[in-house]
Amino acid sequence: MKTAEHPEQAAKFVANDERAHWHDQALWFVREKRDRMAVSLPEWEQLRSAASQIKLHTVSRLADYLEQFEQNATKLGAVVHWARDSEEHNQIVLSLLQKTGAKRVVKSKSMLTEECHLNPFLEEQGIEVVDTDLGERIVQMRKETPSHIVLPAIHIKKEEVSETFHEHLQTEAGNNDPNYLTEAARNHLREKFLAADVGITGVNFAIAETGGLVVCTNEGNADLGVSLPKMHIACMGIEKLIPHASDLSVFLRLLARSATGQPITTYSSHFHGPLPGGELHIILVDNGRSNLMGSEQFRNSLKCIRCGACMNTCPVYRRSGGHSYGTTVPGPIGSILAPSRDSKAHKSLPFACTLCGSCTDVCPVKIDLHHELLEWRGEIRQRGQLPMSKTVPMKLTSWMMRSPWLFRWVGAIGKFCLRHLPRWAIYHGLNPWGKQREMPESPKESFRELYQIHESKKASDE
Amino acid sequence: MSSRDQILKSIRNQVVASVDHPGLAGDWIRYDDRVAHFATVLAAVGGAAHVVDTAEEIVAVLSKVPAFAQASKIVSLCEQISGNVDFVAIDDPHALEDVDFAVLPAQFAVAENGAVWVDDAVVKHRVIYFIPQHLSFIVRSPADAADAIVDNMHLAYERISLGEPQFGAFVSGPSKTADIEQSLVIGAHGARSLNVFFLRQ
Repeated sequence: MKTAEHPEQAAKFVANDERAHWHDQALWFVREKRDRMAVSLPEWEQLRSAASQIKLHTVSRLADYLEQFEQNATKLGAVVHWARDSEEHNQIVLSLLQKTGAKRVVKSKSMLTEECHLNPFLEEQGIEVVDTDLGERIVQMRKETPSHIVLPAIHIKKEEVSETFHEHLQTEAGNNDPNYLTEAARNHLREKFLAADVGITGVNFAIAETGGLVVCTNEGNADLGVSLPKMHIACMGIEKLIPHASDLSVFLRLLARSATGQPITTYSSHFHGPLPGGELHIILVDNGRSNLMGSEQFRNSLKCIRCGACMNTCPVYRRSGGHSYGTTVPGPIGSILAPSRDSKAHKSLPFACTLCGSCTDVCPVKIDLHHELLEWRGEIRQRGQLPMSKTVPMKLTSWMMRSPWLFRWVGAIGKFCLRHLPRWAIYHGLNPWGKQREMPESPKESFRELYQIHESKKASDE
Repeated sequence: MSSRDQILKSIRNQVVASVDHPGLAGDWIRYDDRVAHFATVLAAVGGAAHVVDTAEEIVAVLSKVPAFAQASKIVSLCEQISGNVDFVAIDDPHALEDVDFAVLPAQFAVAENGAVWVDDAVVKHRVIYFIPQHLSFIVRSPADAADAIVDNMHLAYERISLGEPQFGAFVSGPSKTADIEQSLVIGAHGARSLNVFFLRQ
């Protein structure tokens, strides 16, 4: 699959300077809310450590826990399905819908179904799938994809929402009030909830010990979607498992605080078995996850609870927008997950990072994100997937830096050029550092020269 | 080989070092005044808490809430408040779509996040937690309101027993969204307002 490179996509986003800054600020606002929540709990770091270790423990015994989960969920009256990849997952959903003759489906947020491209697949089969999360409904109406895993419409302005709703929901033209627009969506989606044949949800946590599922939302859309129709289909990656119900205390304390700076989501629903007289189908999806387990470097990424904190804090994500990544999950965690599926198609993503480490600092399950991104860079070079524009300069730099005299000489030339060459000779297509920014002012002396002056002055003083 | 067996085999083929479960013992946060902290957090997420001694006090508070005073369809599953919908007689949950106000029991509350725990053991249609326009919970606490509030989520899970066929949820405040330009809007799909009463009767 040919995917556009991150720098090309990001260039389109930053071309609109005002919007890029607005996007940056909107996400930084969420990051600040997260910080206030984190400092309000003295045990924050202890919670992060516990969460990390519970997840690693679960991964180290994943097959056992999956079997235990299946057994307990079945006892509760749920039906457990297994899917090796996205095609199998989509087929299972389709066959369940066909079995009941369902034509109208309401779906709450599920990154897994995005990953599997479930919506277009079902729509081709003549099934109406309505995303019920407000942000997801907005991007669905606009025929876009979510640009953030928690805030799907973070890239869209209220004026644009107003236009979209005017077109699809006949709201007043030019009314950009978020209260008015949300009310219109509420009324529109109520009709969809009431008419739905089947509700599909994602899963935040699945409990091996009890066979239950936990789904967290602020809007209440997952709950409305599965409390009216008789059939609930829950789609989950196999890494969503946790061993015990009591472990939820750790994860529910971390999730919303990290995601949006709330103490907990409005609704944290625990499903144990189907509605009385109804059906609950749980689809366990691998889709490449088991391959990640064996890798010492990248196993950590399976701990992810999809809070989005790494995106909110990432200086690259905030200034380049979620769509620039070209993946279902963007940002730092997406730049690790995507190459593990197809490193050639997503080879530019581990380089969309300054290695500042902010993502690692905020991650509630202590994924060493920036270390993994660095690992991926090496991995992509080893696989021979780096373009010449990166390999040749790196080889030259390495050669130059191994020779002290050459290093000094090139440095001196560089300094001279920066000071004396005309602007057009410095700022051009071959110098990406001069794109959209000024080169640093060249100092009179190099560090080495300054050091020598200092040393000789010290010697003469003595 | 079935997909199930293939996935399990693929997982078991991976060499993964064994990691112990860390256990959940910890010096988790406690509050001097759980009632006050719960009320502060609930207010911050858009709800309101009240400590009352009699059902009359609940009625007095609710009668000042326009949504209650003007409600035409009220479901009450608490004996203290009278509703006008025969909830148990309803077979199809879709019939609840036009409920304006519901007064429902909640089991206990959590100070750290303003949530109450509810389950469907006493509620025939679980949609009643999500479909009414406005919602009130009554938490019984005969001696002291603080008895019905735990400090943190670790203590909350000690009070819940999961594993039987059941639906349960933590509900913290009214439903909300900030999906349009991060502007907080109360009343996304679920309740537009949420009151929690601690009844000491």
